[in-house]
Amino acid sequence: MHEYSLVEALIRRVEEEARRRSAIAVHGLKVSLGELAGVDPELFQTAFETFRQGTVCEKAALEVVHYPARWECPRCGKAFGRGDILRCEPCSEPARLTPQSDALLLDAIDMEIP
Amino acid sequence: MCTTCGCGDTELVPVELHEKILAGNDRAAAHNREHFRESGVLALNIMGSPGSGKTAVLEATARVVNGVRLGAVSADLATDNDARRLEKAGIPSKAITTGQACHLDAELVHRSLHDFPWRGLDVFFIENVGNLVCPAIYDLGQEANVVALSVTEGEDKPLKYPVMFQKADLVLVTKVDLVPHLDIDLARLEDSLRRVMPDPKVLRVSARTGEGMGAWKAWLEEKRAPILRGKPKEPPMHEHAHTHQHVHEHEHSHGGTKHTHPHSHEHVHSHEHAGSQETHQHGGGEHGHEGSGHEHEH
Repeated sequence: MHEYSLVEALIRRVEEEARRRSAIAVHGLKVSLGELAGVDPELFQTAFETFRQGTVCEKAALEVVHYPARWECPRCGKAFGRGDILRCEPCSEPARLTPQSDALLLDAIDMEIP
Repeated sequence: MCTTCGCGDTELVPVELHEKILAGNDRAAAHNREHFRESGVLALNIMGSPGSGKTAVLEATARVVNGVRLGAVSADLATDNDARRLEKAGIPSKAITTGQACHLDAELVHRSLHDFPWRGLDVFFIENVGNLVCPAIYDLGQEANVVALSVTEGEDKPLKYPVMFQKADLVLVTKVDLVPHLDIDLARLEDSLRRVMPDPKVLRVSARTGEGMGAWKAWLEEKRAPILRGKPKEPPMHEHAHTHQHVHEHEHSHGGTKHTHPHSHEHVHSHEHAGSQETHQHGGGEHGHEGSGHEHEH
């Protein structure tokens, strides 16, 4: 249930940014979520609904962009997915996780500024 | 105000950030890591399910390392039982009672250091809350993640909890003395690990019989060596060293302005091509870049 602490950190960061820009409201948030970010998307959404009450995010829409887990051979670029043996035998190289696979990012905020 | 005509209407402004949601935790973790490295302490984040044998492995470690100064903080939702067990085993320990929290974060670890004599240690174990999910994504400032997985947990645990195992630098398959009494197939377990870890490091251990504890001790020594040399990110040397360059851009904001610092650094690293066992750690992602605007509490 660490989704609650993540959402708390997220909202705190949005509030900070809104204050800095003297925003009067936040209309939307965009978040990137990799399959291996260790975050349950539904719990994340529920936590957001709960925590945004009384904050600048009260009416903000949360857009979550999902990325699947993917690995690549650092030498030949061969792609690997969930369930594969994560090693490129021809190159004898361990595959490398792509950066988006475990992304947990606050990408953008739509703010209303006076 | 609307800047086009000055009509006084509000404006909808998209603000692009592309920031890690855990950026705050990561900063605190970087700070912890700096402390540990400066003091030559090997900090390890020990994770695993409740009952996977984390505490037992640490107790057994105290029996096999001669002269290596061990210490631990032990996280638990409600009790300090583990810390007391470790104390009894001769490992100076402190409990971190997390209450509702299912994981440790860098700030909790930082606070726990304040009244604990960690600087004089060789190896500092951070025994996380027993949980295969939440602790995985919080960097604490450790040098490596060690995941304990007991043979009673089933061969497919790594496939069910890929995030945890993907973050593991070492998997300790614990309680192997029980294997004759179980239906577990260790080859299948290790196959599961290869499907979630590109370059799995696995040791089979038994705290009870001492099996595998020598290999675990050797792994600890291997991890300590670069820290003692003051170069924690360099893997062990071999015959043909090669140099390559990385250029990174760091984007962060200090109190108002957002800017990027492109910087490059070179590092030499080398590896033996003897087999598939080696670990590679390129300092790629992290290099203690501290901006002037970060605040630290002491």
